[in-house]
Amino acid sequence: MFRLRLVPDNTKIPFMNGRFAGLIMSAFLSIASIILFFHPGLNYGIDFRGGIVIEARTPQATDFASLRHTLTGLGMGQVALQEFGSNQDVLIRLERQPGDDAAQQAAADKVRATLAASIPGTQVRRVEAVGASVSGELFTNGMLALGLAMVAMLLYIWFRFEWQFGLGAVVTLLLDITKIVGFYAITGLQFNLVAVAAILTIMGYSINDKVVVYDRMRENLRVYKKMPLRDLIDLSINETLNRTVGTSMCTFLSVIPLALFGGEALQDFGIVLLLGVFIATTSSIFIAAPILLFLGENRLRRGAPETAATPATTP
Amino acid sequence: MLYFSRWKIYMIVATCVAGFIVMLPNFLGRETLASLPGWYANSRVALGLDLRGGSHLLLEVDMATVIRDRVEGLVDGARQQLRTANVGYTAITPGDRGLTVQLRDTAQTDDAVKALRGLANPVGGVAMGGGQPDITVSTNGNTLTVTLSEVALRDRATQAIEQSIEIVRRRIDETGVNEPTIARQGADRILVQLPGVEDPDRVKRLLGTTAKMTFRLVDTNADPSTGRAPPGSEILPSTEGGRGQTAYVIRKKVEVDGATLKNATASTNSQSGEWVVNFEFNSAGANRFAEITKVNVGRPFAIVLDNKVISAPVIREPITGGRGQISGNFSAATANDLAVLLRAGALPAPLKVIEERTVGPDLGADSIRAGLTAVAVGFALVCVYMIASYGLFGAFACFALLINIVLTLATLSMLQATLTLPGIAGVLLTLGLAVDANILINERIREETKKGRGVYASMEAGFSRAYSTIVDSNLTTAIKMALLFIFGTGTIKGFAVTITLGILISMFTATVLVRLMMVTWLRQTRPAALPV
Repeated sequence: MFRLRLVPDNTKIPFMNGRFAGLIMSAFLSIASIILFFHPGLNYGIDFRGGIVIEARTPQATDFASLRHTLTGLGMGQVALQEFGSNQDVLIRLERQPGDDAAQQAAADKVRATLAASIPGTQVRRVEAVGASVSGELFTNGMLALGLAMVAMLLYIWFRFEWQFGLGAVVTLLLDITKIVGFYAITGLQFNLVAVAAILTIMGYSINDKVVVYDRMRENLRVYKKMPLRDLIDLSINETLNRTVGTSMCTFLSVIPLALFGGEALQDFGIVLLLGVFIATTSSIFIAAPILLFLGENRLRRGAPETAATPATTP
Repeated sequence: MLYFSRWKIYMIVATCVAGFIVMLPNFLGRETLASLPGWYANSRVALGLDLRGGSHLLLEVDMATVIRDRVEGLVDGARQQLRTANVGYTAITPGDRGLTVQLRDTAQTDDAVKALRGLANPVGGVAMGGGQPDITVSTNGNTLTVTLSEVALRDRATQAIEQSIEIVRRRIDETGVNEPTIARQGADRILVQLPGVEDPDRVKRLLGTTAKMTFRLVDTNADPSTGRAPPGSEILPSTEGGRGQTAYVIRKKVEVDGATLKNATASTNSQSGEWVVNFEFNSAGANRFAEITKVNVGRPFAIVLDNKVISAPVIREPITGGRGQISGNFSAATANDLAVLLRAGALPAPLKVIEERTVGPDLGADSIRAGLTAVAVGFALVCVYMIASYGLFGAFACFALLINIVLTLATLSMLQATLTLPGIAGVLLTLGLAVDANILINERIREETKKGRGVYASMEAGFSRAYSTIVDSNLTTAIKMALLFIFGTGTIKGFAVTITLGILISMFTATVLVRLMMVTWLRQTRPAALPV
């Protein structure tokens, strides 16, 4: 009977041999991401920065040059035009207008009126205008959600496993998230509420993945009382490898349609999730496990030095 | 774990069937729905504004104005109280949260304090038996300070926002928008959701007007062009355009308040053909209006809206019927809007629109189509993978996944929760996360089989060992989504809702339901080996 196996059974890959390479690589990418976060920085969407986004559909192919000319003529700062979907669909972005929140509304109305006058028949399909006080709050709340999620995960894993597991998971999570943030910085994708949702989802997925591997390690810690931690970790990863790859594959497959035709808002979400699934899966193996090895060498396994001397019994 | 009692099987099947029935109206046509009883036909998922199209507005009540108005009222009251008590003062200065009085004679301090205490109203804790006075009066030499308490300010703010919500509701109802949502958000905000509204321009204009209307006398002795008004009067601009003066000197005293209006309608004047607004007072307003017009025949009487003079006609004869007509510089639209505003009443303070998100109906329809396609494609891809990897057991997982989607929709319909575009993304992601449970179980069964265990023992071990892992991983996701729900706003909450529902339901479909299917299959075929 044919069975698709992405990973052959009974693999004995010595993952822990690559622990330094994995950690160094990850640290390098994360540090690079932090640098990217400060320079050039994130492309904050209007949720977090305030401003105006208008999605319009023109009756014929959009004449970008003349539209740009008309809108720039309104004197409302920089106007960014972006084609997406078809050549009749245009996304107009305006910076946050000087003045209070009401100024955004006035500006949005002005653009709407200008569009109607300069290109008759234009359909305004979406308008979002967010003022400074709202965007400030949304940003605070978004960051608060991310921070609290981190703390909640630490507590949860700590409660369910030993503290070494909790710390290992959260450090890994931090490394994962910095890379995602770095991806936002380097690609210039809009960083907005959807991005926060994406990061939270990836955090959830990543922790989920760690829990599965940790669970197996804990189980094996009870079963193989004398196996050195290093071998035990390798064994646990190998045993769960098929599941890890399988779940990643399924999540990947379910997110692909989102990245393909999710529309303006969800396309980015899908792309980031695809990357996130990859990062989360690899970090379980190359980051979370080595950290646990370093933290738990002498603690999770009492008297490890002596037992390590005896050859590992593989079942 | 492999034994299912008879009633348990019935329960499981009944749950799936019930879920299917509950979510069915979401996919029925309009005509079919009309023939169904209302309670059943209404069992449908509410679509968010991003899917059905509409306008989301966040309004902020200008609390500074609310407080300033309160302080002004306090100043007027203080002036009156001190005059009644015969206390001499040199100045009353309004402050941020109260006022200061300079007394002429320190000997009168006690009298003054007593008089000013008379201004206090009890606030807060009335239900608890006896509130506290809303002001405190302190003295320092011949300076008296009256301060509004924190509770009083909060009370006033609450009152203002509740009043505002009521007025906003009335104004929006007048525009004929279907099923608007108007809700308070935080301390000073009002969330307005208007399904189907493509251009919220008119609503924004209506809500952006305070519509405080007053009838006041014109100070004919002063000339507005000098730019200086005598005490008790003020210079107000006019909206009459080229037809009248650009500004008037208006007495500050309000003769008749717009709050006493009973009705207002727009119509065209039969003689001139121009647009006018007809209004009608309630009995108190009508009496007052009659009184004023009786004693002031021949003098101009100004109709002031939000500190602008709409018109200032000369009173030709006493108006006793309690009806009148405003002829300003109106178009059909502005006359109608003014009538709406007058009918709905004045806002206690100006409102500002601080956030707008509008989605046109066909973008919404496009999003629904894209969302459904994405879910269908995602489902197909995951199924292909699962069946290729685990054969029959993979097919069981796919069926469970289908039931998961059905039950998620059913729960959304029952809870009357709102499905948004991110919500659809949540459904999609649930597909991947929910089969994780099945992958865990199947891999475990496979492992146990490899160790040489029998069919039943492998299955038993597969389910029981995988279960704690499944609970752990789903709970962590649920925690995340709870946080997103609490701190997220608008459509993004929908993502948290569908994912949470999806994974909770997957604890039933991916484990209990799949187990039932496997066990039933096992009983019927009695295989020698498991097809994993």
